[in-house]
Amino acid sequence: MNLLQRRRLADAIFNLAIYASVVVAAVPLVAIVYYVLRKGGSVISVAFLTRDIPVLSRSVGPGMGPAVVGTLLITGVATLMAVPLGILAAVYLNEYGKKNRLATVIRTMSDVMTGVPSIVMGLFIYTIWVLRYGYSGFAGSLALACLMLPIVIRSTEEILRLVPAGLREASLALGASRARTIVTVVLPAAVSGITSGALLAVARAAGETAPLLFTIGAARQVNTHAFSGANTALSAQIFRNAQLPFAGAQERAWGAALTLIVLVVLLTVLARIVTKRFSVPLR
Amino acid sequence: MIAAPSTTRPPEAVLPEAGLPGAVGKGPLHQGSRLADQTFRWMCLASGLLVLVVLGLILFSTTKEALPAFRHEGLGFVTSTNWNPATGHFGALAFIYGTLVVSAIALVIAVPVSIGLALFMTELAPPRLRTPVTYIIDLLAAIPSVVYGLWGILVFGPQILKLYTALSSALRGVPLLGTVTGGPAGRSIMTAGIILAVMITPIVTSISKEVFATVPRDQKEAAWGLGATRFEMIRGSVLPYSRGGLVGAVMLGLGRAMGETIAVALVIGSSPAVTAHLFGPGDAMASVVANQFGEATGTHRAALIGLGVVLFVMTVLVNLLARRITGRAEHRLAGGKR
Repeated sequence: MNLLQRRRLADAIFNLAIYASVVVAAVPLVAIVYYVLRKGGSVISVAFLTRDIPVLSRSVGPGMGPAVVGTLLITGVATLMAVPLGILAAVYLNEYGKKNRLATVIRTMSDVMTGVPSIVMGLFIYTIWVLRYGYSGFAGSLALACLMLPIVIRSTEEILRLVPAGLREASLALGASRARTIVTVVLPAAVSGITSGALLAVARAAGETAPLLFTIGAARQVNTHAFSGANTALSAQIFRNAQLPFAGAQERAWGAALTLIVLVVLLTVLARIVTKRFSVPLR
Repeated sequence: MIAAPSTTRPPEAVLPEAGLPGAVGKGPLHQGSRLADQTFRWMCLASGLLVLVVLGLILFSTTKEALPAFRHEGLGFVTSTNWNPATGHFGALAFIYGTLVVSAIALVIAVPVSIGLALFMTELAPPRLRTPVTYIIDLLAAIPSVVYGLWGILVFGPQILKLYTALSSALRGVPLLGTVTGGPAGRSIMTAGIILAVMITPIVTSISKEVFATVPRDQKEAAWGLGATRFEMIRGSVLPYSRGGLVGAVMLGLGRAMGETIAVALVIGSSPAVTAHLFGPGDAMASVVANQFGEATGTHRAALIGLGVVLFVMTVLVNLLARRITGRAEHRLAGGKR
């Protein structure tokens, strides 16, 4: 084999390896989606989404209503806390702090906070909230909000950076105050990007289990009170039921998994649509 | 008419504080605007500071609750392998070992695949194949941890056990490999590592992709111009340029892997021992907290919170290091462009 042939062979092997890595990544995705659709699809019904969770784990049949309500309630309250605070923090970083030392520290620490394991957030809220006020949906929301905050900050700041300086200068030149410029010019120009970043953060939080394990307790009935009483969520129910040896419990876990994945994928797709449809052209 | 500023100072000089004197207080819209301006500014600053406050509180409050366990065990908390809640022994070394081994397995599998995916998207793929591959990665990232765990415990674990058993009996007696594959179980360290690999692939891929995108075009074209094959171009131009960034990507993947809880808790098999049997059950820090917290009280609960503290410190260090490495690489790249 001459040199050219050897080089071509190495190149062919390399290309093959790269195509193989795509296949390797696609296989588990296809397998998981297939099983969740097949096993979850045969369980899901209106009754499954609305009825209470059976008292006996070994009984067969529907009931994930409380978990659906819990997931929506807990994630919703978390969103109400994390998104406004995250946007304000990002405004501080990009509009006020810029490159000063405090802003740099906050930016780095916010990135570090993105890497803090979600289970640590759960333990944290357990120590500062649950020990005093007991299990509640709100405690879970606090833990999820801690998780979402740095994600919202990061995505919002990246979008704010894209807003052209000319817009701000034009507004300031018209005599608008700094705050007014930000609220009426900068944020509206960035609204689609901010929304899609927030939706992705919500999608991430909705699927989280670890922060909820020590914060929301366990419930079998619908609890719409965020502040009082134990609650439950789809992810927590999947975790519990997956470990049980009963066919009925495992079926409910698959059904809950399908519900959760549909919810998360809907949010992700919505985020993409928002980015595409409603983006104000930034010139 | 619009109230134009009367001076022609550059915008930078106008930006600080409340704007131009002539423009303030012209109408009802500006009433109290200075107060509102300052209030808004302080609200933004407070929200920014919240990040620091929360991080500080995490460390303070979890450490405080974990103190009984730290006092009880002393340094043994991280050096002893004796974890037995019934007898009041809380040595977490086996879990630290488990976390590191599972993360290492995940990285060994995920890093080559992720770099392959990133190269595929930046260098190899025809444009119409790029979007589907992006979807694959987005979806892998979107699937919740607990669903990976559910699939792992009910489908993947039982299926791969056949492969483990076959490997185990084929390699019995072989010095190193025989030990590693001994005592196979569906819920094992290896299963957890494989599932974790799938879970960290998206983050390693997307960062590697960003790193590859910073390689200057002329460097690649110089390689093409010399008649390099694609493999030689990537080896000679792309990879050397991206080394620092790739190390950062791997570190971020490691941080994610160490903190991943639920999927690992479901598939690792919960056996608190330092073992060389990677195909057998083990346990990791995050998963032991998830699995034992429910029935834990007193010192046991404090010890589990203590595991959270150790995990927090480890992941923060890994993340800071990763940021420094990528930051330095970016710095070098920015300098190199000139």
